[in-house]
Amino acid sequence: MALYHNAPMAHSQEPTAAPIEHRFNPYSDNGGSILAISGKDFSVIAGDTRQSEGYNIQTRYARKVWQLTDKAVLATNGFAADGNNFVKRVKQRLEWYEHAHHKPMGLKSIARMIQTMLYGKRFFPYYVYNILGGIEEDGSGAVYSFDPVGSYEREACRAAGAAQSLIQPFLDNQIYFKNQQPEPGSQPFIPGNLPLATVLSLVVDSFTSATERHIEVGDGMEIYIVMNKGRTTDDLLGEGKLQKGMQIEELGALGEGSGERTFLVRQALKRD
Amino acid sequence: MVSKAVEAPNVGFDFSNYARNEFFGQRLQGIPKATSTGTTIVGVIFGGGDSGEEPGVCLGADTRATGGPIVADKNCEKIHYLTPQIRCCGAGTAADTEFVTNLISSNLELHALSQGRPARVVTAMTMLKQYLFRYQGHVGAHLVLGGVDVTGPQLFTVHAHGSTDKLPYVTMGSGSLAAMAVFESSFKENMKREEAIALVSRAIRSGIFNDLGSGSNVDVAVITKNGTENLRNYEMPNERGLKSRNYKFRRGTTAWTKESIRSLIVSEEVKSTTGAGKDQGGVEVVAVPTGAGAGGEEGMEIDS
Repeated sequence: MALYHNAPMAHSQEPTAAPIEHRFNPYSDNGGSILAISGKDFSVIAGDTRQSEGYNIQTRYARKVWQLTDKAVLATNGFAADGNNFVKRVKQRLEWYEHAHHKPMGLKSIARMIQTMLYGKRFFPYYVYNILGGIEEDGSGAVYSFDPVGSYEREACRAAGAAQSLIQPFLDNQIYFKNQQPEPGSQPFIPGNLPLATVLSLVVDSFTSATERHIEVGDGMEIYIVMNKGRTTDDLLGEGKLQKGMQIEELGALGEGSGERTFLVRQALKRD
Repeated sequence: MVSKAVEAPNVGFDFSNYARNEFFGQRLQGIPKATSTGTTIVGVIFGGGDSGEEPGVCLGADTRATGGPIVADKNCEKIHYLTPQIRCCGAGTAADTEFVTNLISSNLELHALSQGRPARVVTAMTMLKQYLFRYQGHVGAHLVLGGVDVTGPQLFTVHAHGSTDKLPYVTMGSGSLAAMAVFESSFKENMKREEAIALVSRAIRSGIFNDLGSGSNVDVAVITKNGTENLRNYEMPNERGLKSRNYKFRRGTTAWTKESIRSLIVSEEVKSTTGAGKDQGGVEVVAVPTGAGAGGEEGMEIDS
């Protein structure tokens, strides 16, 4: 056994390496998770309410999901300060649009606007993952997901944030029926056609399970449900449709109202 | 001139793998990280004085083990056994707390046997700190050590670098500030046993709910000169509710590319016998030279 006469050290390890830089880091990660699932004529957008930094809880109730218009809801996750400010600016742009055009911006236009707003800060990005959900102009439920610099696509479902790696595989299996073989002779699975009750249970189970295994997820959950105009609300407001401990409220129309309805369901999550 | 390899001393640490590990660290995405347990562990001394109760030590711990932000174990045990009258709560690197605790427990038993009397808590503390100091903090064990010996109730903290404290109430781990906040506001000297248990579990709960590295249940251990009472899962304030859906898959859900079934029994022959030592019809008796049965030189050849 022998030690190296000249140990093959990394340059950074040598005592004469470059001086240590002390730079201000303007970003932080505030944990939490969000997800959205679209249905045929509805969309569900949800997030937990814990905001944390490192091992500390900053607040047990911080909003991550925001109603933008009567048919659009935006969920933000990542750096909370950027998220809040980004939503503020999106809302401002939506107001300007309404003043100029005398109608609210459509969902796919909001999606395209978010792309340009995010890419506009390409070299000092908003450190935020966005998921936009709502009702498209054709009345279908839609989900758009974005990366921090504006790449986006329309999907049937998407999870983001701290527990993305726990929730997305579950959604792939339950929403897209990945790795599932239909019963011989039966109809093939069609993604994006699940009933609201099923989607709601999947959302709740996603968050309770993520709370079990991820330390940054917990405290509470907010689920926004956007329904197309004329759609029945019996599967949400009917007797015994909601699970125990759930609270529901309808959010009134923001503008003149074009018939779409938005509901907010809250539920407590474990606080450890 | 040809440089001569440095002669290795025959005592002390071996650093021969240092350069190799640095090399791997550059090639791979960093050196592997050990599982670390974000933790709340605490201890208090109670009884004595005019409380009218036996003096003792009460230890507490949460039961969450983490690897980064992921919960690795929801109900692990962090109160380790050292001797019948000494326990040790561990925070830091899970494997280090487990091994250092086992090693010292073993040495304490040998020590008690050679001295003919139970080892003292200071002895355990000294053995722990000397071992940890030798490893310069690389053995990541942060401990709360408590027990009762001939000198009465004893309570220490031992840090990974080898420093120790002797105090009437202590906390350690990522939840130590949350737990210490409870102790600083509510600790009293000469508490009753039940008061001590309540205070310890309140301190642990403070860690469970306010520190993300701690969670799940409260474990408590109470040590007096009469023995140790282990209160595993003394409180369970975080039980999971029912899931809203049933995720049982239909039989045949998983696709397969081919199916082949093989019988594990290749051939089978059943013969009835009359009993041990009796003549067994159909069985050929082969004479084996004495001392050369199975395992012997000749016996080995039978198999080949």
